[in-house]
Parts: sequence; C-alpha cells; structure tokens
Amino acid sequence: MTDAHEHVFDDRTPGVEEHEPTASYLSYTVGLGLAILATIASFVVSQTNLLWPPGIPVGLIVLAFAQIGVHLVFFLHLGSGSDSTNNILALAFGVLIVFLVITGSIWIMSNLSSNMMPMSVQ
Amino acid sequence: MTIATTLDRTLTAVPTELARGRGGGGPASKRVVVAYGFWIFILSDMVMFSALFAAYAVLQGNTAGGPTGAELFDLRSVFIETMCLLLSSYTCGLGALSAERRQPGRFLIFAVLTFVLGAAFLFIEVSEFARMVQKGAGPSRSAFLSAFFTLVGTHGVHVAGGLIALIYLAAQVIAKGLRAAVLRRLLCWSLFWHALDIVWVGVFTLVYLMGDYH
Repeated sequence: MTDAHEHVFDDRTPGVEEHEPTASYLSYTVGLGLAILATIASFVVSQTNLLWPPGIPVGLIVLAFAQIGVHLVFFLHLGSGSDSTNNILALAFGVLIVFLVITGSIWIMSNLSSNMMPMSVQ
Repeated sequence: MTIATTLDRTLTAVPTELARGRGGGGPASKRVVVAYGFWIFILSDMVMFSALFAAYAVLQGNTAGGPTGAELFDLRSVFIETMCLLLSSYTCGLGALSAERRQPGRFLIFAVLTFVLGAAFLFIEVSEFARMVQKGAGPSRSAFLSAFFTLVGTHGVHVAGGLIALIYLAAQVIAKGLRAAVLRRLLCWSLFWHALDIVWVGVFTLVYLMGDYH
C-alpha cells in the first residue's frame, strides 16, 4: 500500500494517467503485425522483380523507415503525449547526427575515390 | 489498488501551471527523468552505430578479390534471425506491460520467452559467423568483411549484453519484487531492447537485403 501511495505522489504526470499503462496488449500486437508485414515486404521486394529493379534500394530504404516508425510508435511509445516531447526533441537531434555521419561519410568518400588514380577495374 | 487508482484519477486533474516537469509543479517524476536519461544514452549508442553503418556503406564494395556479400549471405537464416528478434521485442513489450500491471508471474514468463528468442538470434548469428570464418571469409579477408563483422558483431555484442542484463533483472524481480526502482530498471531495459531491434532493421536492410538483391 505504501508503494502505491508513493506512486500517486511521486510518479504522477499531469494530464496523463501514468500508471494506467499507456500501452496495451493490443497496441503491441498491432505493432508486431505491422513490423512483420514490413519485414516480409522487404525480403520479398529484394528477392523478386516486384519493384522496378533499379528502384529496389529506394524501396528497401522506404520500408526500413516505415518499420522504424512502427517500432518507435508501437514499441517505444513515442507519441503526442506530453511526456514524449523531450524524448522526441532528443530523437530529432539524434536523427540529425546520424544523418550527417552517414550521408557525410558516403558523400566525402565517394568524392575522394572518384578523384583517385584509376588502379584497376572496379 | 482500487483506492490508489481512484486517487490517481482525481489527482490527475492538475492545472498546467502546477503541473510537474513544466516549472510550476517542480521537476518531472523520477520515472520520466530516468527514462529520458536512458533515452539520451540510447541515442548516443545510435550515433556510434551510425559511424559503423557509414563505414560499412563506404567499404561495401572493397572486397579485395574476396567473396562478396551476395556470395556469403544466407537470407533464409537472416529472415529467421529477424523474426526471432522481432518476436523477442514483442514479448519484451508484453513483459514490460505485465510488470507495470504488477503481475510478476506473467512478467517472468515473458522474460523467459524474450531470453530464449534473443538467445536463438544470437546462436544463429554466431553460427553464421563461424561458417564464414571457416570459409576463409573472416574479418581480416577484406575491408568489406572487416566492416561487416564490426557492424553486425557490435550489434550482436549489444544483444549478448542485453541478455545478461535480463537475467540480472529477472533475479531482481524474484528477489525484490516489482518495486518502483526495479520497474524503472525494467523500463530502461525494454527501451534498450526495442532500440536494438531498430538497429537490426537497419542491419538487415543495408547489409543483407541491399547486399544481395535480385
């Protein structure tokens, strides 16, 4: 009982009934279903000619982003709730850094390698 | 429990200026602050992974005459691995939910399922690595393989660490029960586990599917 009391006063957030869990079995199951769909779609797209072949990498990237979105919303519960604001801002910063590191590296390195002396047939 | 819930309901109608975590009502609850701090750690981990992803993307074609990804990868076992990790993320979520609802028995069942699925993932991954090394396609064969083993191996090390932490947390739940501090640790662990699944989405897309598409 003392534990429950502590919760009421210590672990409560305004506007959100925090200890009514925000998630439910249903939301996890919906998330799992969507994630499985996205996974199967990626594997199918990569192994068949369902998509126009030169567009397959783009299709795979789109599916990966869709699946990451599903994970963030249904598993990590990043939503529009007031508790999520700070987490979403931090995530936005993280995404910026990840984007800079990955695209920056690919861009710079491809630039460098196109300026290299041709050594052999790639 | 019902009294606490009713009390909770009446107390949630707090005016914004007195709300916690907004200035007027003092700091946010410990649960929110702890989860936020752990979220920052996860994002820093993501930044580290992004460097490994970038290295892999750059070195992907540098096979030094050795085997390419398309020759090495077995997409069937990658698919099974992916499903294991995805299902373990699901059971981890259900376990976190049972813990929040103060159902230790149910939590332990889901924890065992999560552990078994995570261990299955790790087992398949390690046997794939062993098969590749046996074929002479170890990390020292080419820049491509160095980047491959670093990226996928780092993810695997994270999964192994997560499994060890899960044993530790399950022991805490058995020994101490689902008290507030244990619940916060469980919350952090489930964030970590879901984040690993997100990294794996990047791995199977960039490494396996883009390395071996039709």
